[in-house]
Amino acid sequence: MTTLTTPARRRGREIGILVAWRLGVAVPVVAVVATGVFLLAAWSPFDPIYQYFGAGVFSASDATIANAREQLGLDDSVWSQLGRWSGGVFSGELGQSLSFRQPVSTVIAQRLPWTLLLVTLGLVVAVVLSLVAGVIAAWRQGGWVDRLVTAVGHTLEGLPPFVLALGAIAVFAVAWPVLPVAGLTDAGAAPTVDQVTRHLVLPAVVLGVSQTPWLVLHVRSSLLGALDEDHVTGARSRGLPERVVVLRHALPTALLPFVTVLGNRLPELVTGAVLVETVFSWPGIAAAVVTAALSVDFPLLAALTLLTTAAVLAGALLADVAVLLLDPRVSADG
Amino acid sequence: MAELDLRRPAVRPGEPWRPAGRRRPGTLRARRTWAGRGRLTAGLVGLGLLVAGAVLIPWLGGLDQGAVDYTAVRQPPSLAHPFGTDAVGRDLFLRSFAGLGVSLTVAASCAVISTVIGTLYGALSGLLGGWPDRILMRAVDGVNAVPHLLLGIVIVALYRGSVLAVIASIGLTHWTTVARVVRSEVLSLRGRPFVDAAISGGATRRRVLGRHLLPAVVPPAVLSSVLILPHAVWHETALSFLGLGLPPHLASLGNILAEGRQAVLLGSWWIVVFPSALLAATTLAVAGIAAWWRDRARPRRRSELAL
Repeated sequence: MTTLTTPARRRGREIGILVAWRLGVAVPVVAVVATGVFLLAAWSPFDPIYQYFGAGVFSASDATIANAREQLGLDDSVWSQLGRWSGGVFSGELGQSLSFRQPVSTVIAQRLPWTLLLVTLGLVVAVVLSLVAGVIAAWRQGGWVDRLVTAVGHTLEGLPPFVLALGAIAVFAVAWPVLPVAGLTDAGAAPTVDQVTRHLVLPAVVLGVSQTPWLVLHVRSSLLGALDEDHVTGARSRGLPERVVVLRHALPTALLPFVTVLGNRLPELVTGAVLVETVFSWPGIAAAVVTAALSVDFPLLAALTLLTTAAVLAGALLADVAVLLLDPRVSADG
Repeated sequence: MAELDLRRPAVRPGEPWRPAGRRRPGTLRARRTWAGRGRLTAGLVGLGLLVAGAVLIPWLGGLDQGAVDYTAVRQPPSLAHPFGTDAVGRDLFLRSFAGLGVSLTVAASCAVISTVIGTLYGALSGLLGGWPDRILMRAVDGVNAVPHLLLGIVIVALYRGSVLAVIASIGLTHWTTVARVVRSEVLSLRGRPFVDAAISGGATRRRVLGRHLLPAVVPPAVLSSVLILPHAVWHETALSFLGLGLPPHLASLGNILAEGRQAVLLGSWWIVVFPSALLAATTLAVAGIAAWWRDRARPRRRSELAL
């Protein structure tokens, strides 16, 4: 019976409990967010019937409008609309997007892959940049690299991603035209790998750089903390080379909180994606949020809010599970 | 045992302990403590200058939001127009500072709203303790799980064209940090001896709250509201940039930058550079204050001082 208490088994159980607990928290959170969005819509001065009719609302007869309201169930209470909508969520029927003139599920299915591509690449850029810069800065604390990294980090922290995006356009598309400005492909071209790659470079790098400041400052400070710890002092006193001390002894302990920070940064990544996709006219889901908001496309807006909330919760959970798997000292506490 | 010199203590008195073998340039420590104070001064002076500029420059320069001059369209920076002119010939120097003023006003309103909500919420959570505290803090996690900009976009989309909606959308999403700070402050205060002494001395609940807890909570709450400021400016500019924020006739930094989006393609870099520089300066000034506060609040680790 000793197999039951092996560390690996225990870890597996802990992860199971963590996942179950988080799912238990996530369901009410998502429900509350959905309710909040519907209540906001109900209190807003905006009448969705204008969206369905467009300009035609002025020429349509009162009877037609009343009929449409009846059919769409717009006169029902918020709660029955919410109930109908959440029933649809479970059967995959998210309603009709008004701004794209397509079912919401189609809009999401068409646009989500492009956003995932952009966000994944942006995240890779951010992680690589922040690890390299953060480690060098902490290693040579007080040196010129450190001062440069800290100063640039604090400055970039204050610049919204769209400013970075505009700057990148000004430099790499206008002053020195090497990269395309907008879209997924050149006008009218087929979305080949070559085309998409060229159009992906600027948005992905801008998104990555805009996420770097927090990460780089975090890597730096947690590595500085790790360098003061006893096991690192021990490694130094054993005469290990500096490279081994920093990269093999200090960095692993410093990186564990980094994983958590990364998981919890997903909301900011989404924010960045909204702005970057808009500036670069990237046909992703985040740009669709803005389109939906500009034309008060409530079904799409509600679906995207829920989708993002779920993604953010999943990101935080993934990060915590990763930490549990990587660090035997951490215990799961929900 | 002859090698071990017992007369010399391992750590000389007056000199802080430091791990062996760690390379640290000798002058850094002194510079760092100075840097802490210097950053606070620089931050306060910078923020003061920016606010003064935002108030005085449009007023002294006689800003006219409606003034257009088609003979001076998109002129690069010159003596007459230090920041250049925009696509309809308005002076960017005046407009940028006016925009900074608008953005700061909106941000300050948001900061006040979030501070009030956050302080009440955090104090309540910290005072109740136990399972109500856990539930309230889970709710904070829930609010944080929705990306702030997205929630802001939803609110602004449903209540289009009102400045109040912009303020509400930022204020209602940013109170969570204040709530966390205030809660942990209240939790740590509750266990302090002077609170115990007041209670055992027969002070009523209200007196303990009003005389002992609230005054101690005010400084961190005020400070975190200052720290929200750049974040709120950031959000306002982002919303306005997306065309969802303040009405276009109001010169906010976001609106100017949104106009700059087309201008950049025509090579007019100054329409983007100067407003964003003001934006970055605001954040840097507040970051200076924040860094000083962090040093003061947790001076334990020297390595963190350099942050």
